[in-house]
Formats: sequence, C-alpha cells, structure tokens
Amino acid sequence: MQITVNTPACVGAGQCVMAAGELFDQDDDGIVMLLEDSPDAAQQAGARRAASLCPARAIKIAE
Amino acid sequence: MDDAARIVIVGASVAGLTTAETLRAEGFAGSITLIGDETHAPYSRPPLSKHVLTGEWTPEQADLSDPIELAALNLTLIQGARATSLDIRGHTVTVGGEAISYDTLVIATGVAARRMAGTEGLAGVYSLRTLDDVVALRKELATAKRVVVIGAGVLGSEIAAATRKRGLEVALIGRTSELRLGQVGSHLSPLIAALHRENGVDLRLGFDVTEVIGEDHVSAIVLSDGTVIPADVVVAAIGSLPATEWVSDSGLELSDGIVCDSNGLAAPDVYAIGDVARWRDDLTAASTRAEHHLKATEQAQAVARLLVTGEESPAVVPFFWSELYGTKIQAYGRFPAVVPLTTIASEPGGARFVAASVQDGQVLGVVGWNMPRDFRLARADMVAAAEKPQSTQPELVGSETGSQHA
Ligand SMILES: Cc1cc2nc3c(=O)[nH]c(=O)nc-3n(C[C@H](O)[C@H](O)[C@H](O)COP(=O)(O)OP(=O)(O)OC[C@H]3O[C@@H](n4cnc5c(N)ncnc54)[C@H](O)[C@@H]3O)c2cc1C
Ligand code: SF4
Repeated sequence: MQITVNTPACVGAGQCVMAAGELFDQDDDGIVMLLEDSPDAAQQAGARRAASLCPARAIKIAE
Repeated sequence: MDDAARIVIVGASVAGLTTAETLRAEGFAGSITLIGDETHAPYSRPPLSKHVLTGEWTPEQADLSDPIELAALNLTLIQGARATSLDIRGHTVTVGGEAISYDTLVIATGVAARRMAGTEGLAGVYSLRTLDDVVALRKELATAKRVVVIGAGVLGSEIAAATRKRGLEVALIGRTSELRLGQVGSHLSPLIAALHRENGVDLRLGFDVTEVIGEDHVSAIVLSDGTVIPADVVVAAIGSLPATEWVSDSGLELSDGIVCDSNGLAAPDVYAIGDVARWRDDLTAASTRAEHHLKATEQAQAVARLLVTGEESPAVVPFFWSELYGTKIQAYGRFPAVVPLTTIASEPGGARFVAASVQDGQVLGVVGWNMPRDFRLARADMVAAAEKPQSTQPELVGSETGSQHA
C-alpha cells in the first residue's frame, strides 16, 4: 500500500490523525504531514479509514 | 445483501457517492444506480465558497473523485435526471417518466438554496449552492466593483471573505444582530465581526433588506432603516430548504427534512442521509438535521455498512469547519446558546485558541480558532471521555471566552 497526500487540498480537520496517528500528523497550521507512506499490514485499515473520513479527500491510497 | 440486490441512490453528491463507495468497499456486489439532477461529476461544496469563489481553485479541483475511481465503482450513473416520485409499496422511483425498481433506496437529495423573494428575473442576484452557481457568480465578479452579501450565517461570512479577497467592495447584511457559525451558534459573533471589519467589510447587522432595486440588473438594495447600498452583485445566503418536494405525496414523514430513526431508516427499505435527513438521536431522543459535509459522509458510511454487514454505527457527532480570511475555525459537538464558552488553550493575544462548551462538568463541544492541533487534542479528549462515561472528565481550567477575545 502506498499513501499520498494532497496538502493544498487539506483543510486541517485532523480526521486522519484521529484515525491513524501513527501514519499522519499535523503541522502548526493543521496541515497534514505524512509520517509513513507505506504502512505495514496492521496499519492499513487505519489508513483506509483516514482516507474515507478526510473531508477534503486529500488522502489517496494505492493498494 | 445478496448479489442480485438492487440499491438505488437518489442524489449524486457527497452523501450519495460515499454510499456507493462504502457499499463497494464493504464488498457489495449487486447493482448500484446513482441518480443525480446535476450534470457535473459529483463534487464537494465546501470549497465552492472558499477556494473556488476566490479563484484560487478551478471548479474541477472540487471534484469528489476522478473518472477512474468513479468507473471502478461499477455503477449506473444517471446524471442530469431528476427523480419525481417515490412509490414505497411498489419499490420504485420515477425518473424522467420511467419507473426504476429498487430493493433498497437511499435518499440523498440534500437541500436547495432559499432564493430572495421578489428577485425572479433580476440579473445579478445569486445564491451559492451549486458549481453552476459559483461559475456564474465568478464570471460576474470579474467585472463587478460592489457586492452585497445577505446572510448572517457561516455561508454569508465565507462569501464576504472570499469576495473581499478578490478585492471587491463588500457589504455584509444580517437580519440578526449576531453572526452565526454552524452549530456554534453566535458564541463567536464578536470575533467574526471583528475579522470582517479588520478586513474592510461594511458590516450591517440587525437589518432586513426591504427592497432590491434594478431594472433588468440589480443596482442597489434598501435596508429596513432606509439606507440604500449600491450593488453590482447581490449574493443571498439566506438559508436552505430540504429537497423533499419529490417525495411529498409518498407517505414519508416530512418535518423540515425526512424523518428517520437512528440508523437513517425512513420507511421499509428506504433510508435518508445527509442534509435532507433528520435522524433520531437515541441519546437525547431528539431528531436533528444538520448541514455538514462530514455528517453526510458518516451517515452514508453508516447506512452502507448497515446494509452490507447488518452492523449499526455509533451516533454521528457534528463536526464543522470553516475558513475566514485565513482563520481556520473548527467545531465538534454541541454548543447550547445558554452555556458560555470556556477557553482551554490559547496563545497570548488570543489570536489562536480552543474553547469548550462545558455543562455540569461535561464537555459538550470544542471549537478551535486557528489552533488545529490543540483543537484535535481537545476533541480526542472529549471522545475518550465520552467512551468512558463512568470516569470523571478531565478538569478544565479556563476562563469565559467571549469577553476576553471580543
Ligand atoms: C457553498 C457551501 C459551502 C459549504 N461549506 C461547508 C463547510 O465548510 N463545512 C461543512 O461541514 N459543510 C459545508 N457545507 C455543507 C455541505 O456542503 C453539505 O453538508 C453537503 O453537501 C451535504 O451533502 P448531501 O449529499 O447530503 O447533499 P447535497 O450536497 O445538497 O447534494 C444533493 C444532490 O441531490 C441532487 N438532487 C436533489 N433533488 C434531486 C432529485 N429529485 N433527483 C435527483 N437529484 C436530486 C442535488 O442536485 C444535489 O446534487 C457547505 C455548503 C455550501 C453550499
Ligand atoms: S483529514 Fe484530510 S483535511 Fe483533515 S488534516 Fe487530514 S488530510 Fe487534512
């Protein structure tokens, strides 16, 4: 699995960090920071959840 | 759900599309028909009044998914077609005179903007709900100088901020004496008013617009105290109406939206989600309808999961965000008007803070003002506390927000 984030679209909602804090963080303006772009098997469900809850659809996942 | 099941979704915006996506993600292999009366591919509305109106984004950047993702859903997408009636017993919806049969129907028709009465046929008067609206408005703003925005809600504020950013002269008119921000109500009104004034908006609160003047094209508006404000363009953000006229004689219970149980069920095999739906909250026994992007997403996911797995989802807590002049505002939970806000984190000067609505030691809601990370932490605390009802809430040390930052 490969995660990419579209930071210009990010609205800083923090849904991704709530869903998978080991994969995503936010900078001081709330903009998403990708901590890990190829999550291991145990983290993939969290990654999918983060992508599905991002209101800006700024997180894309390639399986 | 067996593989021969037919799920029909009416309304092809964020709630409708998310339903289809979640159905597939959960493994539903039956047929999905998604019907929408707009002609664009499904798009997101929040950017319309923010980045698209300012011109920073092209309309396409608001698309919810790309053509490849859409094709992968393997659905029948009927665009530019309006559902006109529903037969609950016969399990059909009528679209363009043709009856389409369903096993399960999901209604996601959202709301339509309320139009300014008496301005039919007058050019230069807009509302902002659809991509077509924003494209037409942008075109007119390119040559306009003076804009009047009507509406004291968050949409009016966003439109005023975006048109200011384009360098236009902007007057913002509100019937109420306070500015509202989604479920936060008017708690932040002094701060939002200050933002508008600092950014050069002519803010007029507590006035009705009694007349819109113009021959073919608007030229001015008149306020209830007689003030005439010249306008090349008027944008009305004066509320919305649930899009339920097409089901008005179906037997569905309607009361400012489609009345549903706490899983979105409105009638046998009929669900409603998103802005059009009024779900019952089992906790408070009240039914609520809110116009929030994320609520539409979460209700869509909840119904799709219920249909495929039979599992119920936890109640959706309202979450809302906005951006005004670069200030990011986020709100999670509820904010009763009678409960003053308590500041729980702030930077000196008050330019960034997080405040909470606290009643009887319980945190009902948290709102962040340009402090997204602290907001998220406060929100996580609130979620954790809600999951452990027996434990005591974290002690809140703080002061009332309104006066301090006003
Ligand atoms: C300018 C703007 C800015 C916003 N900003 C924010 C924000 O910052 N944060 C936030 O949380 N929320 C925001 N919102 C609200 C958010 O966009 C809505 O909550 C969300 O769009 C609801 O999605 P929905 O799918 O339920 O309804 P809608 O998006 O309203 O979609 C309903 C769709 O159904 C179609 N339809 C209606 N009737 C029929 C019919 N009979 N047959 C076929 N199709 C039909 C409509 O044309 C529409 O395409 C904003 C809304 C607007 C307009
Ligand atoms: S959920 Fe989406 S919008 Fe929110 S911080 Fe993460 S990437 Fe940004």
